[in-house]
Amino acid sequence: MAEKSWLTDVPHLDRETLLSIRQTLDEAYRGFSRAYGDTIESWFDPLLSFLVWFEKLLLATPWWLIILILAGISHFAARSWKLTISVVISFLLIGYFGMWEDTMRTLSIITVCTLLAISLGIPIGIAMARSDRVQMIFTPILDIMQTMPAFVYLIPVVMLLGIGKIPGVIAVVIYAIPPVIRLTNLGIRLVDREVLEAADAYGVTPTQRLFNVQLPLAMPNIMAGVNQTIMMALAMVVIASMIGVKGLGQPVLKSITNQYFTLGLFNGLAIVALAIVFDRVSQAYARRSQQHIGSRQ
Amino acid sequence: MTDNTIIEITGLYKVFGKSPQKVMPLVREGVPKDEILNRTGHTLGLKDINLKICRGEIFVIMGLSGSGKSTLIRHFNRLIDPTEGQIKVEDTDIMKLGLADLRQFRRKKMSMVFQHFGLLPHYTVMDNVAFGLKTQGVDKKSRNEKARQWLQTVGLGEYGDQYPSQLSGGQQQRVGLARALCTDADILLMDEAFSALDPLIRSEMQDQLIALQEKLHKTIIFITHDLDEALRLGDRIAILRDGELVQVGEPKDILLEPADDYVEAFVRDVNRARALTVDTVMKPPSCRIAADLISDAIRQMKQSKSDYAFCVNEKGYQGSISRESLEKLLEKQGDGALDASVINAGLVLSPNAIIEEVIPDTLESEFPLPVVNEKGELEGEISRRHIASILSVSHHEPEASNEETNEPPPQTDIPAEGA
Repeated sequence: MAEKSWLTDVPHLDRETLLSIRQTLDEAYRGFSRAYGDTIESWFDPLLSFLVWFEKLLLATPWWLIILILAGISHFAARSWKLTISVVISFLLIGYFGMWEDTMRTLSIITVCTLLAISLGIPIGIAMARSDRVQMIFTPILDIMQTMPAFVYLIPVVMLLGIGKIPGVIAVVIYAIPPVIRLTNLGIRLVDREVLEAADAYGVTPTQRLFNVQLPLAMPNIMAGVNQTIMMALAMVVIASMIGVKGLGQPVLKSITNQYFTLGLFNGLAIVALAIVFDRVSQAYARRSQQHIGSRQ
Repeated sequence: MTDNTIIEITGLYKVFGKSPQKVMPLVREGVPKDEILNRTGHTLGLKDINLKICRGEIFVIMGLSGSGKSTLIRHFNRLIDPTEGQIKVEDTDIMKLGLADLRQFRRKKMSMVFQHFGLLPHYTVMDNVAFGLKTQGVDKKSRNEKARQWLQTVGLGEYGDQYPSQLSGGQQQRVGLARALCTDADILLMDEAFSALDPLIRSEMQDQLIALQEKLHKTIIFITHDLDEALRLGDRIAILRDGELVQVGEPKDILLEPADDYVEAFVRDVNRARALTVDTVMKPPSCRIAADLISDAIRQMKQSKSDYAFCVNEKGYQGSISRESLEKLLEKQGDGALDASVINAGLVLSPNAIIEEVIPDTLESEFPLPVVNEKGELEGEISRRHIASILSVSHHEPEASNEETNEPPPQTDIPAEGA
């Protein structure tokens, strides 16, 4: 049957049109990035210099001081000797197996990405909780951010900003920010209606309601979101290394291309160790700071 | 508006749904709630509520779940806005308040106690009590000072540093009460405040509220689904059914003259012995005599065809006498002075006593017992037959109850509910 029918074939654009659409869009974006790439890149300069400074700081600090600080933080957060000792042992092992510098680089980028994700994500989550319309707009965007393969949105970022730390940070933040936004929104929406009513009945202003009631009561959920955000940022480290982010991801990438199983395994385990440390410490902190809220919910 | 009225609600309607205004014509036509829901998908919450609440009274709004009582109480401080109607508090139309004024109004005029307490779990008990003042921007030292006083008042002085989750339900509600009192608002809204507590704690809390009210003289609007609670606390009671006010009145009006079958069904299971006081059910004394001589007294009693009489003189109530004993006395000793040696000073009942307290005394006495007020004046009498008929009134038509008392029931056994 020479004649094609819409019954047998999915209605589709012809090849030329598709090609021209792709070309037009690509050209337009390329033109945009040529014209504005440098300007946009310069917006991120402060962030870049902070990143560089923080990485240098971590690398320049003596290893024992870093371990001491990390042990201090985890002990302050969790008040558990077991956890503190595990943190010390993990970092000693990481250093012993020659991954100290990469780990510090990863630690620095994860810290910056997490801080960035929290400081953007919580306000967005609050905005979503306040207005159903904002929630309606953001929910599909978050869905896209979480399901779109990371490589796909790496392309325009790299086209715009080249390879390096900043595109890496952007990619990691895009990938890791949805949980903290979603759970901030959810947490605020789940706050006990009667408690909110009580606050309203005593004449709170919207700001008082947000900071004295909604955020503290949403904290268990927000902390769960922060925790997931950290985990997802760590998971993104390997992919970010493809666009030039130094750290534990690069040896993994190298071992994929060269089939170095052991190298990959060591660095993979270092990422796992970081993840577990971050997770346990942040969860223990969350639990400890919300023990009074927990028993009512 | 009279001087004594503090809150006045006129023509209040509340329709829940997407476009309540469109449904209002149907509501005004008197289309029933269910039909409105079926035809338009809107729920009729409140229908034509008109209320006046007086300063210093405990006004109880009572109804079953779904009757709209919680919706109604939320209109007082505009946690819910009405579809139509006017709410005046101390001559201010609160529907006209802007956001900032409404906040001030909520901070200063009214405070609220919630069924599930509505405490802030991340605040200590002290901070919870001081919450209203914190909202107003009072500095930490003076608000804690005040919160401490109120915690003392409700009997939780030692618990300031605890968190709500460490307290029992009754204690948490005391915190809720202290928080409400801490802002010095004149009007207290209590939304099923004691309903989540177990019966023993609940009655303790009711006692505490009554005791506090005697000192503070707040205007309290109290929501409950429990008629016993309503009768115990309420100076006046409003009964709400399907969003409409069925009856507003004093507890005895509700109990003894229920407005319709719905109220009567409510009232049927109430323990009248506990809900009514002596003065609400007593009858005027049937034979009151003022005589100096025994023969005089007998003559007066014969005139009123009575077997017994209460003696009064210028000093007030003296005691009771029975015709039989006087006649025996007359036979034995001849006429004599009707004085303390003859008169049985015996038992008297206080008009404020609840029926339950006087049942044993009344049952033991062959003749009606006198009701005497604090000044020593005879106010009325109560007989065991009369009490029996009051307590068993639920088995008869309420209107018939008065006739019942004249025609004593054949048996004078104690009704089970009075025991």
